[in-house]
Amino acid sequence: MLELAIKGSRKYWSWVIFLLAVIGAGFVSYLYQFRVGLGVTGMSRDVSWGLYIGQFTYLVGVAASAVTIVLPYYLHNYKKYGRIAVLGEFVAVASVIMCMLFIFVDLGQPLRVLNVLLHPTPNSVMFFDMLVLSGYLFLNILCGWYVLGAERKGVPPSAWIKPFLIVAICWAPSIHIVTAFLYQGLPGRHYWLTAIMAAKFLSSAFASGPSLLIVISLILRKFTRFDPGWEAIQTMAKTSAYFLIATIAFYLFEVFTAFYSNIPGHIEPIKYLFTGIHGHTKLVPVMWICTALIAVALPILIIPSARRNERALGFAAVATFLALWLEKGISLVVGGFVPNPFERVVEYWPTVPEAFIALGVWGIGLFVLTILYKVAISVKEEVVFDKYGERQIGAK
Amino acid sequence: MSINRRQFLKIAGASTLLGLGSITSIELLEKVEASQLFKKNPKAIKAKRWGMVVDTRKFQTEEDYKRVIEACHRIHNVPDMGNPKEEIKWIWTDTYEHAFPGQESPYLSGDIEHKPLIVLCNHCNNPPCVRVCPTKATFKRKEDGIVMMDMHRCIGCRFCMAGCPFGARSFNWRDPRPFINEEKSLPYDTTFAGGSIKKGVLTFPTRMRGVVEKCTFCYERLAAGLMPACVEASQGALIFGDLNDPHSEIREMLSANFTIRRKPELGTEPSVFYIIGG
Repeated sequence: MLELAIKGSRKYWSWVIFLLAVIGAGFVSYLYQFRVGLGVTGMSRDVSWGLYIGQFTYLVGVAASAVTIVLPYYLHNYKKYGRIAVLGEFVAVASVIMCMLFIFVDLGQPLRVLNVLLHPTPNSVMFFDMLVLSGYLFLNILCGWYVLGAERKGVPPSAWIKPFLIVAICWAPSIHIVTAFLYQGLPGRHYWLTAIMAAKFLSSAFASGPSLLIVISLILRKFTRFDPGWEAIQTMAKTSAYFLIATIAFYLFEVFTAFYSNIPGHIEPIKYLFTGIHGHTKLVPVMWICTALIAVALPILIIPSARRNERALGFAAVATFLALWLEKGISLVVGGFVPNPFERVVEYWPTVPEAFIALGVWGIGLFVLTILYKVAISVKEEVVFDKYGERQIGAK
Repeated sequence: MSINRRQFLKIAGASTLLGLGSITSIELLEKVEASQLFKKNPKAIKAKRWGMVVDTRKFQTEEDYKRVIEACHRIHNVPDMGNPKEEIKWIWTDTYEHAFPGQESPYLSGDIEHKPLIVLCNHCNNPPCVRVCPTKATFKRKEDGIVMMDMHRCIGCRFCMAGCPFGARSFNWRDPRPFINEEKSLPYDTTFAGGSIKKGVLTFPTRMRGVVEKCTFCYERLAAGLMPACVEASQGALIFGDLNDPHSEIREMLSANFTIRRKPELGTEPSVFYIIGG
């Protein structure tokens, strides 16, 4: 099926070349980091993780969120998701690849990465994260590719794939729970040391993932002949709305616990993020932009008439995806390190090479996604009708 | 390589007879070599669990701190990166309120509140850094509880830095070697209690970029029969010994004085104790 990716329109090739250029810029920046060391980033002795680990964390969530499509479809036979299940799985594939790359570019000694396999250490959560991410990548490539292949041949998928589909559904939350455990089991990092971390990770993932798929679906409707289905888009918006509400609630639970208990260690990071401490306010705009975006997006996702407006919905989906990216992709990591173990404030902001490397990894992820989607859309264009006999290809 | 011809022929002959591959015979030869090269120094100082008492009463002048910190940083070739962002330090000072956050009070005597305290890796009995390391590059030594670093295995993921609640770990954000003042370097077995000092000799391995490092309680000096550099240079202000030996000097200090540890509520069981006093 891969051959479908090398036959495309001018627009397709321009997009591919644009992505390759972004990847190239990221790669050159990475060579610079590889030669000089991680000192080229904004990370420091006190804020020793930054943008890279933030992206990793956020993207694990996006990967896990494929389950919000696959579960209703395969377990509850929700037919409207029949056309887009593979889109969810392919987002998971691209996201997991980005996760792995973000870990890789964050390593001080990247050439020693296989030490994790050479000296397996089950007491380290990182070890399990590696296992669950690799497993999840395999499951999504297998399930996505196989089911799409069956669609192309016009036959129902064989029964042997069923157990893999079920395992993939159960597996999805595990990747994000384990990622939360990287943080929430560390003593002395007050912002992370909370049992609700895993729950909040899952809820924010299941809000941002569907938002991304809404954006992608709207783009596909506009630029290809494939129609993911308006009702499917609406259902994803509802999923996103519910989980966004849960995420806000979980965050407010944290705020309540910190401020009502009045324990300084719990209060300080939240204060730092929203108001700044001792004049250190680098993350304050990040948090308030995040808050503003959510304040605008949530009503659109909740109110039916607004949600049914394609442009408003598109805006709300982008806003949700961005807001949660600011929260999880940037502030979550930094908040754990500020104040530092000496109750001193050392701030962090990514540098230009760091941003380029991050962009490069996103570029690789989008490239993988583009190739996979090109294959999927081409197959669907050939098939014309989805498995329930409804037209999935427009007359465009 | 101290293996005589007779031994070599025995191994070579035996491996040929047994039809073993050449790799196996090389392995056998290596074993002989290793066992003969690495004999434990009979003078090595041993303990079941090393610990330290910081007697802050004995740190009075700026010189008292400087002597201790420099002794460590000079023999371990700790680079001076020149900026706080990339700073590398094994032993340093901070004030009471920062070293013991949550234990300060508005009515604390100014002397104690602003007095610098020596801080270093606590060599915890339950080290979170060891728990989180994905490659066992940092590990607790079974025989004496020292939390060690294997700079050759470390992949530089910095999980240990996030895990350590004491800020004891430093990362080599770039190649540290140009930032080592070789003029000031001292051999690792320098005696600080007197005697001649050979300057400009790097005997302790320098590190490369991208790995984490920290205090290792001078395992290399203990193996050579010397007390840790900071302890020796402190002139009695740092007391080092076996926490598991009820008759050791450190245990006597601990039973005769009231001591506190940093962040005991986290359950890491630090092995460094503080006697707080002006």
